[in-house]
Parts: sequence; structure tokens; C-alpha cells
Amino acid sequence: MSRNPLSTSFAGLKLRNPTALASGILGYTAESLQRVVEGGAGAVVTKSVGAAPRMGYANPTVVQANCGLVNAMGLPNPGIDEFVEEIAHAKIILQAPLIVSVFGYSAEEYALVAEKAVAAGAEALELNVSCPHVKQTGSEIGQNPRILAEVVAKVKGAVQVPVIVKLSPNVTDMAETARVAVKAGADALTAINTVKAMAIDVDTTLPVLSNTRGGLSGPAIKPIALRCVYDLYETVETPIIGCGGITTWKDAVEFFLAGAIAVQVGTAVALENPNVFHAINRGVKAYLKKKGYGSVKEIVGIAHRA
Amino acid sequence: MHTALNTLRTTPILSVKTESPTVKTYTLKDKLCAKAKPGQFLMLWIPGVDEIPLSVMYAENDRVSVTVKAVGDATRHLHSMKPGETVGVRGPFGNCFTEASGKILMVGGGTGTAPLLFLARRLATKAQRLSFVVGAKTKTELLFLKELNAVCTEQGVITTTEDGTYGLQCLVTEPLGKLLAATKFDMVYTCGPELMVSKIFNLTEQHGISFEASLERLMRCGIGLCGSCVIGKYRVCRDGPVFNAAQLSEVKSELGISKLGFDGERIPV
Ligand SMILES: Cc1cc2nc3c(=O)[nH]c(=O)nc-3n(C[C@H](O)[C@H](O)[C@H](O)COP(=O)(O)OP(=O)(O)OC[C@H]3O[C@@H](n4cnc5c(N)ncnc54)[C@H](O)[C@@H]3O)c2cc1C
Ligand SMILES: Cc1cc2nc3c(=O)[nH]c(=O)nc-3n(C[C@H](O)[C@H](O)[C@H](O)COP(=O)(O)O)c2cc1C
Ligand code: FES
Repeated sequence: MSRNPLSTSFAGLKLRNPTALASGILGYTAESLQRVVEGGAGAVVTKSVGAAPRMGYANPTVVQANCGLVNAMGLPNPGIDEFVEEIAHAKIILQAPLIVSVFGYSAEEYALVAEKAVAAGAEALELNVSCPHVKQTGSEIGQNPRILAEVVAKVKGAVQVPVIVKLSPNVTDMAETARVAVKAGADALTAINTVKAMAIDVDTTLPVLSNTRGGLSGPAIKPIALRCVYDLYETVETPIIGCGGITTWKDAVEFFLAGAIAVQVGTAVALENPNVFHAINRGVKAYLKKKGYGSVKEIVGIAHRA
Repeated sequence: MHTALNTLRTTPILSVKTESPTVKTYTLKDKLCAKAKPGQFLMLWIPGVDEIPLSVMYAENDRVSVTVKAVGDATRHLHSMKPGETVGVRGPFGNCFTEASGKILMVGGGTGTAPLLFLARRLATKAQRLSFVVGAKTKTELLFLKELNAVCTEQGVITTTEDGTYGLQCLVTEPLGKLLAATKFDMVYTCGPELMVSKIFNLTEQHGISFEASLERLMRCGIGLCGSCVIGKYRVCRDGPVFNAAQLSEVKSELGISKLGFDGERIPV
């Protein structure tokens, strides 16, 4: 009997492999999520959706940095009342778990959006309490332990599906934030969202992003994200999903060894292409075989033995 | 994606040419964009204003030209800029037209004529026949008549205006029925308003002719990351902007019908 060495599970979600699409990358339509599943993703996270439509910021919204990208999209999204149709369609066509990313400006709003997303077919939720470039939501929620606890608890009280909390590296003590989220009921944690950053053009002497400040993603933040996952693994028992700069199978394996049960891939979808998930999975599988492991689950956190 | 292409380069405007009362061509110095192929686009940063996608109209040596119609804030601002002023570029991005041979027909609407002129110049020496239907609302908005006449085969340029001030008084799609029935073209290329594109797509399908169209969608990142520009399973910025007949059939439920707006909502094209 041959078992799939890549299959994994956390918080009640079953994944055919441990790679997922990160929020905000191609996450607007059911068909583009489907394209990513065809590209090998074991799960997908949608673009973050709020209670009302948002246009996002004017361009430039993305600027290239050395080994990464700085972005400030400004959470453009159609609002949950429009997005429920996309969720329902995605639920029908996707052969992988559908995780809807949610943001709000208050605990009530997070809960309201969450309820509607779940009613439309979301199999899990990821709470964006970590977007670094929109005022009064995202990391402004995640930075305040009292509000964070309230948001997580309210959403947990409103829905029956697993609730994942996505953490920001832009805090003094991420372990503290994680503990608060877990105590309030988080079923899993995603680490990390982008790292606050900016770019200035020397010729015009202007900040390039229309919003001036944005968040750094891609290979540049991988070592930061890896350290975050490693620390979280020593802090909480809750499953951790690693995210930040993962581009190759080796990157993914590092995150498993540090303690991630699964990984999310964002920027690499553009650096490479939507089939990057297949490439990562093939490499992880070969690694497991070479090292004599029967399942990816066996290597989660083993770097900590040292 | 090569990150060098996505790195923002600031560069002065070398020259500005007025093509029509609403359209100007800007030539910039940029080594990377100068290597663009017909169909590819660049992202043009108008400092402090916006960054917008524009098709390459010409590329040679270390220069690249784009042809821009003033339609809103960013394009109007660009129209007020003069040689010597600084803009930024990223790119070139996206795929390109396949370079067919034999009998070729191109159909250009508005500034959609620009990338086709670039292609026509490349194909001029190879094609057995090169015909071009170019349309506009009125005579003064017809683009590149002189340039097209120089590259197309004899009497190959057909012009249409909606108000009848020049050429045939009709939509640019009107002469196509006859043209396609009279000549077995090996390839039809088009770029322009999407309703025009979808009409021509239907016609070429009926006649069983190879077809490629360059599409437009709202673009932000330009590199296949943000999802603003998707049509069906395709990212127009990365998998396109040029799509062939087989791909267009896959996105029929959206072509000429809907696109994503700035907030990601599906809106009419
Ligand atoms: C691949 C591609 C190639 C293009 N090539 C050309 C060209 O060669 N010449 C030319 O004149 N125009 C071209 N366009 C269209 C051009 O990008 C828009 O006209 C321009 O962005 C309008 O900006 P604005 O601020 O002046 O107008 P706005 O008032 O902001 O918008 C007017 C309309 O332009 C479109 N638009 C606005 N912003 C964008 C954006 N970021 N991406 C795409 N569409 C947008 C929208 O449909 C909008 O309704 C191209 C678009 C794409 C996607
Ligand atoms: C263009 C872009 C848009 C993003 N949008 C969101 C979003 O809406 N919600 C969210 O939680 N994270 C968002 N992120 C963050 C990513 O999900 C991810 O946490 C981060 O980019 C690090 O992973 P990466 O290096 O693999 O991209 C976005 C990132 C990028 C580059
Ligand atoms: S513009 Fe961002 S994916 Fe095409």
C-alpha cells in the first residue's frame, strides 16, 4: 500500500500536500484559484476580504527590491457581499481546501465577514491581523493584544470552521501576540505577513509607492520568517503555517524543520509561475525519500532536537 | 521573471510626437525595453501621479516608443510632459504576437493600432500579403496612416470612420466579412476595444482562420502576482496580453463582457 508522503493535516483540514497559496496573490476569482490548484497547491487562501468594497491604492503598488518586492496594494477587494459568489463558485470547482482571508475594522466586522464567508462555503478562515499598510486594520489589530483577543474570540464564536490567525513580524514580541491569539481560540497560526518597508527613487527623490510605505515579501524575508516559525514552535502547541520568501523545495523543507506543518507561497508565483507548487512538492518528496522519511509530518520541528 | 526587468528605471523623455488631437507618442531611452517584441507592454511611472501599462509601439537600439491616448488623470498628466522630463519604466512584460507568414490581416482600433504597427514593420518583408483595417471615430483620430501605407502591400490599408469624414463610414469590423470571404488569410491579428476584438474573434472562428488578439485589463503589478488583470484562468499581464483563438474560446464567458474593477468586483467591459 503506497501512502502519499506529502499529505498532511492541521486544525481538521486535510491537505494533499503541504503547500498553499498565500493571501493576496491571484486570489480574486475562483478560476485563478483553480489555476493555482492545477499548479500543485494543496490549499488556497483568497485575497483578504472586508465588509465593504475597497479600491486599494493608486499605482505604483509594487516595487522591486533586491531579492524581494515591496507592495502596498491597500487591500483592494469587492467586499464580502459581492465575494460570496466567488467563494461559492470556488467551493464547487476546487479540489483543495478553500481558506478565506478576512479583515475588518472591528471585532464585529471580522465576525460578520467571517460568518458570510463560511455560509458561502469557506472551509477555514485566515484572519488578516497583520497587513502593514492599511490604517485601523491588519497589523494595527494584531499589535494590540486586547483587540486581537477580542477579534479572534468573536470570530470563533461566530463560526464552526478552523480559524487561522496570520501574524505580523512588525511587532516587538511575536511570541506574545501568538500566545494571545491561541488563548483566544486560534486553531492555527500563519507566520509571517510582509515586513514594513519602502523604496525611494533617487532621480526624482520621491518614494515610489503611492502609499509611501509598504511590505517586503520574497526571498529577502525568508530568514526572518524562518526565525519567526522556529520561535513560535517553542512558544505554542498550535499548528504553524510558514510563509515568507518560500521559492524552492529547500526553502519549504527549512520551514518544516523549523516547525511548520505546512507552508504558503506568494511572491514566488510571480518570480516563477503558478506551477511553482508542483516544483516545490516534487523536491520535498525527493528529499523525504532520500532521507528515509515516510511522511512530511515526520520532519516537522526536528531542527529543534539540536 | 527576470527581476532586472521589474526594476524601476528612471529615464528622460527623449521626444514627444503629436499623432492626433488626443494621442501622442513618447520616445524614451531604455536598453531593456528597447528589446521588446511586438505585443509586449511596459509599465510607465509618471512620478507622483500613477503607473500605467502601455503597449510598445516601436523599439530599436536603446530606444522605446509608446503611443498614448489622453483618457484620464495619468494619461492627461503624461500629455503635459515635455522632452527632458523624467518618467520611470519597468518591463518589457508579457508575451508577444507569433510572427506568421503568408497572407496577413491586421485590425486596429484606436491606440490598439500602435502594437500592430510594430508587428507590421517586423512582418513587412516576410508576409506575402499584409492588409490593415484601421478605424477611428473621425478623420483626425485615425492613427499611423502614412506609416501603415509604407509597410502594407499595395492598397492594403482600409480606413473606416464612424462619422464618414475619411474612408468608409462604418465600424472597423464592417469590411471584415467581405475581406475574409474573398481571401483565405493565414492569420488575423487585432488590438483595440474589446467589443471589437470579440466581434472579430467570432468572424475568424466562422471562417476557421488563425487569430491572435492583444487584450487589456486593469493592471497593477504587471508581473502576474496581484490578480487584478485576470480573465478566466489567465493573467493578462503574464500569460498575455496576446491570446490565440484556442485560449480566447476558453474565456468566452468574459471576453467582451466582464472584467475586474479596481476593487476586484466583476464589472461590464
Ligand atoms: C496591456 C495594456 C496595454 C495598453 N496599451 C496602451 C497604449 O499603447 N496606449 C494607450 O493609450 N493606452 C494603453 N492602455 C490603456 C492605458 O493603460 C489606460 O488608458 C491608462 O491606464 C488610463 O489611465 P488614466 O489615469 O489616464 O485614466 P483613468 O481615468 O484612470 O482610467 C480610464 C480607463 O483606463 C483604464 N485604466 C486605468 N488604469 C488602468 C491600469 N492601471 N491598467 C489598465 N487599464 C487602466 C480603465 O479602463 C479606466 O476606465 C493599455 C492597457 C493595457 C492593459
Ligand atoms: C501583492 C501582494 C498582496 C498581498 N495581499 C495580502 C492580503 O490581502 N492579505 C494577507 O494576509 N496577506 C497579503 N500579502 C502577504 C502574503 O500573503 C505573504 O504573507 C507575504 O507576501 C510573504 O510571503 P511571500 O514572500 O511568499 O510572498 C500580500 C503580498 C503581496 C506580495
Ligand atoms: S497586473 Fe497583477 S497579476 Fe496582472
